[in-house]
Amino acid sequence: MNKYLFYPGCSLQRTARPYLDSLLAIRDMIGMELEEIEDWNCCGATEYVAVHHVAAYALVGRNLALAARQVNGTHTVMAACSACYLNLAKTDSYMRQDTHLAQQVNTALDAGGLHYTPGTVKVRHLLDIIVNDLGIEAVRAKVTRPLKGLRVAPYYGCMIARPDRDNRWDNVEHPLALDRLVKALGAEVIDFPMKTHCCGGHMTQINQASAYELIRRLIHGAAEYHADIMVTLCPMCQLNLDAYQAEMNRYFHTDYNVPIIYFTQLMGLAFGLEAEALGLGKEFVDPRPALSRIGIELPAAEPETVTVGEQPRRKKKDSGLPMPRMPGSEEVDE
Amino acid sequence: MTQHNGHTGQERIGVYVCHCGSNIAGTIDVEAVALWAAEHLNHRGVVIARDYKFMCSSLGQELIEKDIKELGLTRVVVAACSPHLHEQTFRVACHRAGLNPYLCELVSIREQASWVHTDKKAATEKAKAIISGGVERVAWHAPLEPLHVPIHPATLVVGGGIAGIQAALEIADAGFPVYLVEREPSIGGHMAQFDKTFPTMDCAACILTPRMVSVGTHPNITLLTWSEVSDVQGYVGNFTVTIRKKARYIKEDLCTGCGICQEKCPKKVIDEVFEAGLGYRKAVYTPFPQAVPKYPVIDRENCTYFQKGTCRACEKLCPTEAIDFGQTDELLTVQVGNIILATGFDILDARRIGQYGYGRLANVFTSLEFERLSNAAGPTNGQIVLRDGVTHPQTVGIIHCAGSRDRNFNNYCSAICCMQSLKFAHLVRERTGATVYNFYIDIRTTAKAYDEFYQRVLDDGAILIRGRVAEVTDAARLPGEEGKLIIQVEDTLAGKQRRIPVDMVVLSVGLEPRHDAKEVAHRFGISCSSDGWIIEKHPKLDPVATMTEGVFVAGCAQGPKDIPSTVAQGAAAAARVLARIQQKEIALEPVRASVDENKCSGCRICNGLCPFNAIIFHEDRMVTEINPALCQGCGTCVAACPAGAISGTVFSNEQVLAQIEGLLLDVARRAIAPEPAPV
Repeated sequence: MNKYLFYPGCSLQRTARPYLDSLLAIRDMIGMELEEIEDWNCCGATEYVAVHHVAAYALVGRNLALAARQVNGTHTVMAACSACYLNLAKTDSYMRQDTHLAQQVNTALDAGGLHYTPGTVKVRHLLDIIVNDLGIEAVRAKVTRPLKGLRVAPYYGCMIARPDRDNRWDNVEHPLALDRLVKALGAEVIDFPMKTHCCGGHMTQINQASAYELIRRLIHGAAEYHADIMVTLCPMCQLNLDAYQAEMNRYFHTDYNVPIIYFTQLMGLAFGLEAEALGLGKEFVDPRPALSRIGIELPAAEPETVTVGEQPRRKKKDSGLPMPRMPGSEEVDE
Repeated sequence: MTQHNGHTGQERIGVYVCHCGSNIAGTIDVEAVALWAAEHLNHRGVVIARDYKFMCSSLGQELIEKDIKELGLTRVVVAACSPHLHEQTFRVACHRAGLNPYLCELVSIREQASWVHTDKKAATEKAKAIISGGVERVAWHAPLEPLHVPIHPATLVVGGGIAGIQAALEIADAGFPVYLVEREPSIGGHMAQFDKTFPTMDCAACILTPRMVSVGTHPNITLLTWSEVSDVQGYVGNFTVTIRKKARYIKEDLCTGCGICQEKCPKKVIDEVFEAGLGYRKAVYTPFPQAVPKYPVIDRENCTYFQKGTCRACEKLCPTEAIDFGQTDELLTVQVGNIILATGFDILDARRIGQYGYGRLANVFTSLEFERLSNAAGPTNGQIVLRDGVTHPQTVGIIHCAGSRDRNFNNYCSAICCMQSLKFAHLVRERTGATVYNFYIDIRTTAKAYDEFYQRVLDDGAILIRGRVAEVTDAARLPGEEGKLIIQVEDTLAGKQRRIPVDMVVLSVGLEPRHDAKEVAHRFGISCSSDGWIIEKHPKLDPVATMTEGVFVAGCAQGPKDIPSTVAQGAAAAARVLARIQQKEIALEPVRASVDENKCSGCRICNGLCPFNAIIFHEDRMVTEINPALCQGCGTCVAACPAGAISGTVFSNEQVLAQIEGLLLDVARRAIAPEPAPV
């Protein structure tokens, strides 16, 4: 059992409840022990830092200070939400580099009797911990229902891979951690070209036309590759791509239909857990047809025929030139 | 105090302080330093101290020579630049005046004082300490005689690319024997893979193959392809080299090179080496029709007979019964006097640049793949087509600096990519008429006729966009992008983001040291920079020698370079070797370490440390010995020996301790007369 200090963040309490449910459902199976940070507060999401710098960092600093107080056997803080992860990691790193900022934050924290020495805790994202700490093999070992035949678009979003402060990722421009994880679940991973592009963030509230365009690019990219489903690791991404997909379709007169679920839900499915325990069934874009195609029937399923193209993208004609061999390409074939 | 120093205590020392123009005199009060030395080091044996504008000039040297003769100096200390620069100059000057050259010590008050300080007073004091150290040390110097070793007239050239070919031919033409060792089945190297050569667009094969043939037929060249150097022993003039000649499974004396075996072999495999993964070869093959030597090799890993035990089609069909499945690797031992390393380069693995999509997106090619694509003898007979093998591209994007000048991959400029990319642009324009975009950071076309070529490519109609490409993607967003590869780039001249849809992308990938460069360097007792390129003796003034005597380097093994520079280096290395051979023997610096066998405990700590493989361990007597011809006097073993059994001429314990004592002069002075304590 690896122990981590857990910072759930606001989204996981409400809109991303399925993310939390599915994480809690699989945590024991992959050997993860979580200790929630007591009395944590909002991380300020993506906006607050634009309003007031010091206040924004102090808001996050409080969470770091609380986490530091709880350091006991582990000093790693895990966040599942990408925005929470980015804010926590950024604040710790900025306080390390800028002693003036550290002082200002600590003056603010002092009012609540708290103090944070930058570097006391290590902030890491859930995906990083699963892939790099617990390991793909530990995940593979738990798979009882391989997701054979399911075409998955791995979507990382724009907040976790870069800047890569602690060299956690294989490649910051074109990360492969989630691809490898999903492959280990037996699913087929598409080479998703938009994997680190922005989902629009809070633009849905500010400038809908911009947000819809960003959402369209991502959904279109997945549909182009005939993905059955897209997995994400960020509540914001899931919300934008799922809840606004219908609006986006209306706006552009399109009819995309790509279900968006959390990667932890996909893991749970492959581990043979029940849909309900994984919080499945709350999506706007129904994932049931896609899952039933590979024989996973969710409760109250209404089988619906979806047309999924079968032609592989890289069909090799006899006159064709050989493709360069890619490391790990054997994994796909098996 | 009476004069007492060194062994004899009776040395007469001259001190010469150089101004080096304003290099030293600008920061250090050299006249004061000279006066101080004459006065304060008098009791340490200094009989004369002078300063002079340029000590290294003929007049400066004459000054020293005159003093040696007239004042009967027995030791000389020159305070000037680093010994790397002028130690030899002053040693020779002393020698001319009849003083053993090793009784002269050059101490650096430029690199170690004037250049690194701004405080004149402190720098002047430091110069005094440095000179004092030199004076104490030189008194312990002993006259030394250089070691003379004979030079074996044969030369080993490692690597059969254009650098190795050039070097081998130069030496062989001068009448001396050469062993040319090549790892692949044929010589020719990367140049043989190319289609055209910039800037004149000569056909690479047309200019290369005549030289390959000359190598193959030269009476003075022993060509060993499909072979690798496995061990090197000895030292300059007398290397013993072991070469592993891998089994070819072909009897070279019977094979006529008719090619029937290749034609009939049923096993087709992707040729990852010569065809850069873009074409196929058989399990028995010569990499290309003009290969030298003409004999094929059987690739054991892929041969049906070796893997499954049946087939032997080649053996049945060979008209001269030249196939021999029973061959085994052979070890050859040869004696050579000098070695030239021309081991070349690898290209950067483009898969590492995830955002450019190589390996994922079918129509992204590397520069080497493009060379094969445009080569008339390549897999498409020179047709520039997409990965489907038939479609001609309408638009081509060529990305410069892929993996070069990029802190995520290699910081250095790969030197050839600008010209190579422009060459590709020219070929695409000429052969297909497709629209060509070149994406560059800077255009570096500095050699002869290069910039003219750049202008010519602009006139061809190639479109050059200045900006580092962010991404190559197949995710269409705008009309006209469907089914294309889209190059996302910031056009830094127009100051805006652009998305350029193309059919084909060519990555001008950077050059990297051979994957096994470090191993090879270690085998030959030389070193690599942190990037992995072989380090030359001096980057400007000795670019083909290495720190190990008798081992030279040529071509891209030393760093990325184009064909003209590679050929020039090959020839230069050959000239250096020829000069050596003509001398018949070489005088080696007597700066050497030696082991006092009585003190050596046989702990072997020093054995693994020697970068020049100069240490021998005698199991019978349990003592270590240092081969004086191989030792370069680096001092590593001297410092490491826990018993103090190893000492170095010119860096003995007495010399180093005396120098430290001299350097700590003012500390000693303060200890004698402590300053009053502050109240």
